[in-house]
Amino acid sequence: MTGLQRAGRWVGEHLVLAAGLLVLVYMFVPIAVVMLMSFNDNSESRNVYAFRDFTWSNWANPCRPDGMCEAVVRSIEIGLLATLVATLLGSLAAFALVRHDFIGRSVANTVIFLPMASPEIVMGSSLLALFVAGGFGGRLGFVTIFIAHVMFCLSFVIVTVKARLSGLDQNLEQAAMDLYASEWTTFWRVTFPLVFPGVAAAALLSFSLSFDDFIITNLNAGQTVTFPMFVWGVAQRGIPMQVNVVGTVMFLISLFLVVTNMLVTRKRVAAT
Amino acid sequence: MSLAADNGRSLRLTALTKEFATFTAVRSLDLEVPAGTFFALLGPSGCGKTTTLRMVAGLEVPTSGTIHLGDDEITYEKPYRRPVNTVFQNYALFPHLDIHENVAFGLRRRKVKDVDQQVKEMLALVELESQAKKKPPQMSGGQQQRVALARALINRPEVLLLDEPLGALDLKLRRSMQIELKRIQTEVGLTFVHVTHDQEEAMTMADTIAVMNGGVIEQMGSPAELYENPRTTFVANFLGQSNLIPGSVTSAEGDVVRVDMHGTQVSIPADRAHTRSGDGWVGIRPEKVLIAPAGEPIDAPGNHMTGGVITDVSFVGVSTQYLVMMPWGQELMAFEQNTGRRAVLDKGTKVDVSWRPEFAFLLPASQDVNAGVLEEV
Amino acid sequence: MRRGRFTGYWLMLPAGLWLALFFVIPFYSLLATSLFDPKGSVLTGYDVDYRFANFVDALDQFWEPLFRSLWYAGVATAICLVLGYVLAYAIAFKAGRWRTLLLVLVIAPFFTSFLVRTLSWKLILADDGFVVDTLQFLQLLGDDGRLLATPVAVIAGLVYNFLPFMVLPLYASLEKIDARLVEAASDLYASPSRGFLKVTLPLSKPGVVAGTLLTFIPAAGDYINAALLGSPNQRMVGNVIQNLFTSTGDYATAGALSVILMAIIVAMVMVYIRTAGTEELV
Repeated sequence: MTGLQRAGRWVGEHLVLAAGLLVLVYMFVPIAVVMLMSFNDNSESRNVYAFRDFTWSNWANPCRPDGMCEAVVRSIEIGLLATLVATLLGSLAAFALVRHDFIGRSVANTVIFLPMASPEIVMGSSLLALFVAGGFGGRLGFVTIFIAHVMFCLSFVIVTVKARLSGLDQNLEQAAMDLYASEWTTFWRVTFPLVFPGVAAAALLSFSLSFDDFIITNLNAGQTVTFPMFVWGVAQRGIPMQVNVVGTVMFLISLFLVVTNMLVTRKRVAAT
Repeated sequence: MSLAADNGRSLRLTALTKEFATFTAVRSLDLEVPAGTFFALLGPSGCGKTTTLRMVAGLEVPTSGTIHLGDDEITYEKPYRRPVNTVFQNYALFPHLDIHENVAFGLRRRKVKDVDQQVKEMLALVELESQAKKKPPQMSGGQQQRVALARALINRPEVLLLDEPLGALDLKLRRSMQIELKRIQTEVGLTFVHVTHDQEEAMTMADTIAVMNGGVIEQMGSPAELYENPRTTFVANFLGQSNLIPGSVTSAEGDVVRVDMHGTQVSIPADRAHTRSGDGWVGIRPEKVLIAPAGEPIDAPGNHMTGGVITDVSFVGVSTQYLVMMPWGQELMAFEQNTGRRAVLDKGTKVDVSWRPEFAFLLPASQDVNAGVLEEV
Repeated sequence: MRRGRFTGYWLMLPAGLWLALFFVIPFYSLLATSLFDPKGSVLTGYDVDYRFANFVDALDQFWEPLFRSLWYAGVATAICLVLGYVLAYAIAFKAGRWRTLLLVLVIAPFFTSFLVRTLSWKLILADDGFVVDTLQFLQLLGDDGRLLATPVAVIAGLVYNFLPFMVLPLYASLEKIDARLVEAASDLYASPSRGFLKVTLPLSKPGVVAGTLLTFIPAAGDYINAALLGSPNQRMVGNVIQNLFTSTGDYATAGALSVILMAIIVAMVMVYIRTAGTEELV
């Protein structure tokens, strides 16, 4: 093998990795910009698209823009509530789909995929059509957003928990029952601890989907303003830099949670 | 250390049947396992042995029939309400609990006192005291196997069920674990019911073996009994190997059944003849078949046949395995210990074949000559 | 172990009811809405008079954004497939022990506000921004050329936003491929590129199908990228539907347009799955 061939081979072997990393960089450029802009002092300027001066003030006074923090709090409230309900109902359904036979199971298995495969604009307008037809057209708000969010989170929860559950060796539960654990004890001592990482991942996913949703929310929100709707509103005029603070904080928190969950899961997976 | 309950009770299955949607796994099975024995259910995969075990454990509900432990019926008892524990095929150790907690699991569920002390003793029995804080995946297959055993044994079950407990181990480890298991069973004196498809494993450990096939028990007895005097072609082929030669009964008087085997008259003891008229299969184990170059004397007075030709020779160290083509066109297997008494014979050598009459057995011709031949996995 | 014959129904019931009430039934409401008499309003109420002409009107007025949506989504999906495949392949086969970390990094942007990230693109592609300056310097872009308010910006935004939806299913199916199969291929005289085309690619087909669907469908319905990065000339069908519902209040046309979009997507997906020959999506 000549040196040239060897060099060519080295490049060939690492080319894919390098290209992959470039794609990853592409995915992170906007986030880096968001982080950078959270330190931007543009109080003097109308131009929100240029970095002028470094400042801590956006971080020190995150709630300065009118209505932003209220919107964030509302999004968190809706997110927590929707996550709670979707995770609960979705986990129950996942158990039904993996562990029980019932008429209509295959239909249910198909239907849960549809919300993930439908354009948000169609789901949003369908729900709006329903609410209007049901006479709630004038009362859109917190409740209708909550209903919509649980609806689109459910599928993701079911799929995530189902995957975890079907990877669970049923012999473990039988072993527990063989060792004098009743059905109830078996569930809490064996099944639940082993499925928990899946449930946690599902909850995490639900919250971020809910917190982040704009298209469906916007159609069904009435006068209620969530954080994405606030951003949409100010995007037309001029974005307060504090929006970037919220974006950065969200990124860091979810990164922390994802990494934690992954480490826990990996420990458990290695243990399976 | 004896874990046996004072009033050791036998396990009795009566007309036990399990039907699944598309097939019958176990057909009207009757079985009695005396207290304190090491009992093996041996058979190829799909023969119903694991289903039987699971019904005893309470993990499967029988379609009909009963299961008794002594005088108590436990047929429909929940698994956690019967004094029976299982060592699962892939051990089913709880991955989120350490070894100590895995072993303690059953005791804690029953609110037993002094759990830690008992767990320590049990781990000592299986020589894993030092590993108590490890999680199952950090252990080797053999160690996991012993944890699974300890986890079940510590509950002092009246019957311990073992579902292919050594299946996941490599050959050498399997051999040493077989001896270990037998030692532990003798030490604790509990009833072990062991399910396996490995005939050697069953023969090494069990006091009594039941050979299962197609949902029914073909034959039950001690390993030597099954091996020396199989009652069906399936047992003859599944447990070791057999030469099965077609013949027809010419006379059956007193202790001896005489059979015409391609012109040669052979005699078979009556208690080994499982048919007394018509056609049948004369069976002889390969290591009981003696061969010698044509015309030379064979030191076994008995059924004697000439005109064989060696068609294949495999030297396997302790023995040499020959295939001998007989005049009627059938190849017989003959295994010879390499005692050094004679040089290994070459392929093509003309040989005479002989065996002692008391080693042969006779099976009805209605049975499939190939039953059980390739079943062993 | 089946504990009770009806347990399955009870467990499924709440989620099933929720999805039936707020996902399945709304489609009927949407269908009904699309047949409204467009002269009504939210306040006065609508009459369902089976006005199929709504569909004709909607197509007549808005065929252009509808077509544009499908076109942009198609191009974005194709680019996503190439970029996503490279990334997923690198993670699955080349990343070694960094695999988990890289996967976390793929998911991470997903957890940051969609809108904030898209606005960040607006900043990156801004007229006096670094990217435009560089392109102008390289003469790839005219002196008064711009990226914002062009199809390029909108498609770049779509690619960016939906890339994780492509990478994850691709990774899932690539990861399942036994590396020994590729070795076996090279042992059987396949060059690396042949091996890839004949072994890796066909085996990753379920991931390709799932990934393209999960990218194309949301991209076709998206309007955030078109609204933030494009101009009215890049208006997509989502913008139109959203406007008709929230600003104009023309529910009938909006409903009709939604139904048309859904119908086209369902038809395309069915043809696609039939052609790709895989029923198993995920």
